[in-house]
Amino acid sequence: MKNPIEALNKIFDSRIRLGVMSVLIVNDSISFNELKQLLELTDGNLASHLNTLEQAQYLKVQKSFIGKKTNTTYILTELGRHAFKAHLDALEKMIKGI
Amino acid sequence: MNKQEEQLNALNDIKKLMDRSSRFISLSGLSGVFAGFTALVGAYLAHGEIANYLNGTYTYGSSIEDLEFNLLKIGFGVLLVALTGGLLLTLRQSRKKNLPFWDRTTKNLLLNLAIPLVSGGLFIVALLLAHPGTYGLIAPSCLVFYGLALINASKYTYTDIRFLGFCEIILGLIAMFNIGYGLYFWAIGFGVLHIFYGTLMYFKYERGN
Repeated sequence: MKNPIEALNKIFDSRIRLGVMSVLIVNDSISFNELKQLLELTDGNLASHLNTLEQAQYLKVQKSFIGKKTNTTYILTELGRHAFKAHLDALEKMIKGI
Repeated sequence: MNKQEEQLNALNDIKKLMDRSSRFISLSGLSGVFAGFTALVGAYLAHGEIANYLNGTYTYGSSIEDLEFNLLKIGFGVLLVALTGGLLLTLRQSRKKNLPFWDRTTKNLLLNLAIPLVSGGLFIVALLLAHPGTYGLIAPSCLVFYGLALINASKYTYTDIRFLGFCEIILGLIAMFNIGYGLYFWAIGFGVLHIFYGTLMYFKYERGN
């Protein structure tokens, strides 16, 4: 039998990255500041995790301007949505299996 | 902490974050109770005005416009008091929960509440202005549009609001078949149901925590 832990996504090992994905799955788009507030993180910490997710192509970054300030928003890609669902399914199977 | 416990915790976190980022959860049940009592007082005052009018005890000419004006005054008074009270109680609740009062969830909730509510409001204004003699339709329309607004907004706050919305619509439709008892239906819908639901939500979400 396949070990269910193998189906868990390594990228989501981090609670913070899991948190970012949870927020994005129920919101069409969300800004950097809103994420920071929700997850109670510092700029640098959040940015590095967002970077990892972006490199995995799980989210897309959109930069725009509000007046003179840059406004960075994030949206989930299809790949990201899929990966998150698969991760949740794996979690569920693991919990039920034990 | 073993592996399973850790994963369960992760799932809990996911659920909490999903809720907190998409639903307005500072809505206080007490604000419902407060709005309910305000509505009952308003209905009582309106009832008195109408009775006075029918008995002919209005001193100043007893025109229907005087009655209309007084009822409108009561209506706006109730709205103002209920909104102010609800706002203060909800502010208190968001401070208690240490959540921001004004964020995307607040905006979503208000916008989705406002769409049917403003449509309904304009619909009723049109009834008053362009269709004389249709007073009987005002209370049922209030209830139906308010119910639709609650159902529309329920995706952005506690889902219990959805059932309150259904109750208001059903009540409004029953009232539509019983024109002339509008004030009683109005008092049940905005008074009794608010108190009932507010109490329910207070015990479900606030007393426990």
